[in-house]
Formats: sequence, structure tokens, C-alpha cells
Amino acid sequence: MSSHTEHKAHHAHHGGPAIYTANLIALLILTGITVGASYINFGSANVVIALAIASLKAILVALFFMHLVWDKPVNAIIAVAGFLFLGIFLMFDFLDVGTRVNLQPHNMKAMEKPTPVPESMNPLKAAPPKPVTAAPAAAGEHEGGEHK
Amino acid sequence: MSSSTADLQPHGGHDSHDHGEGHDPHHQHHFATMEQQFDTAKIGMWLFLVTEVLLFGGLFVGFGLMQHQYPQEFIEAHHHLQRPMGALNTIVLLFSSWTMVMAVNASQTNQKKKLLNYLLLTIACAFIFLVVKYFEYSHKFEEGLLPAMFYKHTGDAIVGSHGYATFFAFYFMMTGLHGIHIVAGIGLLSWIYFRARKNEFSSAYYTPVDLVGLYWHIVDMIWIYLFPLYYLIS
Repeated sequence: MSSHTEHKAHHAHHGGPAIYTANLIALLILTGITVGASYINFGSANVVIALAIASLKAILVALFFMHLVWDKPVNAIIAVAGFLFLGIFLMFDFLDVGTRVNLQPHNMKAMEKPTPVPESMNPLKAAPPKPVTAAPAAAGEHEGGEHK
Repeated sequence: MSSSTADLQPHGGHDSHDHGEGHDPHHQHHFATMEQQFDTAKIGMWLFLVTEVLLFGGLFVGFGLMQHQYPQEFIEAHHHLQRPMGALNTIVLLFSSWTMVMAVNASQTNQKKKLLNYLLLTIACAFIFLVVKYFEYSHKFEEGLLPAMFYKHTGDAIVGSHGYATFFAFYFMMTGLHGIHIVAGIGLLSWIYFRARKNEFSSAYYTPVDLVGLYWHIVDMIWIYLFPLYYLIS
């Protein structure tokens, strides 16, 4: 098997129209399933089902349309490494968000009447800061005087 | 022109870089064999595809985090997307991936006529995708379903929430970036088409067809994830 593929590795035409067409049909069926499943309420499992079917479709595209199943393994290693690191990125983000707790004591009463923020501290309503043109002008004059 | 085509013909002479068979005009001097040259190009393409995955991956993570922050708004906003349009575009892109892989297969087996026809079909699918996207976008523009501070839609359940505008910021960013990839793909496919018309590809040299094919499949693969996340989750 390996010597056979090595001999014609360069011109090897793996796959072929029959496999590609079968792959397309499989992808279309999976699309139909994922659209159909989205109309049924599985609760929080809907997201999992949608992503599982999407991943299955992506794997089919990568293996057969992108020839990974027949390619040299180095290409598959690169592809898997990319998705692996994306997976680590996703996992830690959702671990973070999913495990956050309210840091306030559970018996702390919510503020019934929040202290109003004074108008002067509201950046949208506070009076604009006083123009400071006088100082640089004076400095300029001073500098000019020094140069002379 | 005639002189340059003459140069492109394989010449089986005993020149310095002859490897026992006719020297392929596409064979670059710094590669030992055509196979090594092909493998090198392919590894480079896969590395690029990984950067594409990570580019969109960051956006997917951001979308997921915002979905976690504004669950109700995101579900409500997603109902503004037309599911049949998304499904239609999914089918168009999957079909175009098939025509693309058939084009690669045709170039590997020296079927020029087939190669040209499948490339044209792929380009046609790309345009159909963009036309459907145009109708979707114009519908959103009319309803004021726009990103961030441009959001003008009224009648949302949670008045004053930033969730809706955030959803559409992600929607336009991700589908827009994907659309730019489709436009770039049309350019690449046209380039391959005109090179194929000039008989530049054969079973001995089809690297550009193969690599553009890989690019086209990754664009399809990104849509495979965009479609359920935007159109189907409820």
C-alpha cells in the first residue's frame, strides 16, 4: 500500500467524482437535519446539536473536499493544531464566564435608594472645563522673551 | 506570445537540473523535485488556513461571550434573520465546494473543458451567494437592524439594552468578513480560470487550482459554523 502510493504520490488522484458527490449528498442531508432540529425545542441541547452537526460537516469537508484523508499527515497535523488551539481558547473563555460568582456577600441588601451622582461628576452633563488658553499663551510669551 | 509559449513546453534536454525526466517549466530551482515543491506550497496554504480559522475563531468566541451576557436579546435579534435565506446560502456554498473539488479533479486528470466549466459554476455560485446576502442586508438596513450606534430598530422587548446592537455588530462583522472572503474567492477563481484557458495546468502541475480549492473550502467551512450560530439558535 505505502510503496504503491509512494510511486505515484505526485500524480495520485485519490478520491474521485463518486466520493465527492456522495460527500455533497451527505453534507446536504446534514444541513436538512440541522435545520429540522432547530424547529424542535430541545432546550439548551439545541446549541450542542447545532454545533455537533456543524463540526461533523466541517470534518467531512476537510477530509474529502480538502483531501486530508489522502494527503500527507503533516497537513492534517497543521489543521488539527489550529482547531486544537481554538478549542483551548474557547474552553478557557467559557470556563471563566461560566464559573463567575457574585462577589458581594449573599446577605447584603441591595441599595434601595442609590446615592444620586452629582451633576458635576457626570461627564455628559458637567460643565465643560474652563478653557486654558491663557496659560500656554503666557508660557509662549515667556519663552519668546527668554529667546530674546 | 508564441516565443513565451515555446518556452513553456517541457524540454527533455540534459540541462543542469535534469532529474532523469523532462524538466517541468513550473519546477523552481530551489526545490529538488516537483513533489517537494507541491508539498511545500500545500503546507504553506494550510498554515494560512489555520490563521483564517483563528481569525474567525476570535470573533466566534466574542459572539459566544456576548450571547452569554445578553441571552434574551440575542434570541430576539436572531429572529430577525431569515432562516430560508441562510439555508439557501448554505446549500449554494456546499454545492460550490463540490464544483470546486470537481474542478481540482478535472485539472488533475487533464480535462480542460471540465475544469473551465466547473470553475465557472463555482464563480456563479459565489455570485448567487452574494446576491442572497444583498437581499438580506438591504432588509436589515430598511428595518434599522444595524450595528452599534447605528441601531435604529424600535419595538424591542428590552428597551434600551445594548444587546440588540451588539448582536448586529457581530452579525455584520462576521458575515461581512466572510463576504469579503467570497469576493476575494471570486477574484482567485477568475485568475485560475484565465490561467486554465491558457493551458497552464495539467496533471503534472495543478498547484494553484488545488490551493485556491483549499481556500474556497475553508470559506465554505466558516459558513458551516456561521449558519447554525446565527440563523438556527433559538
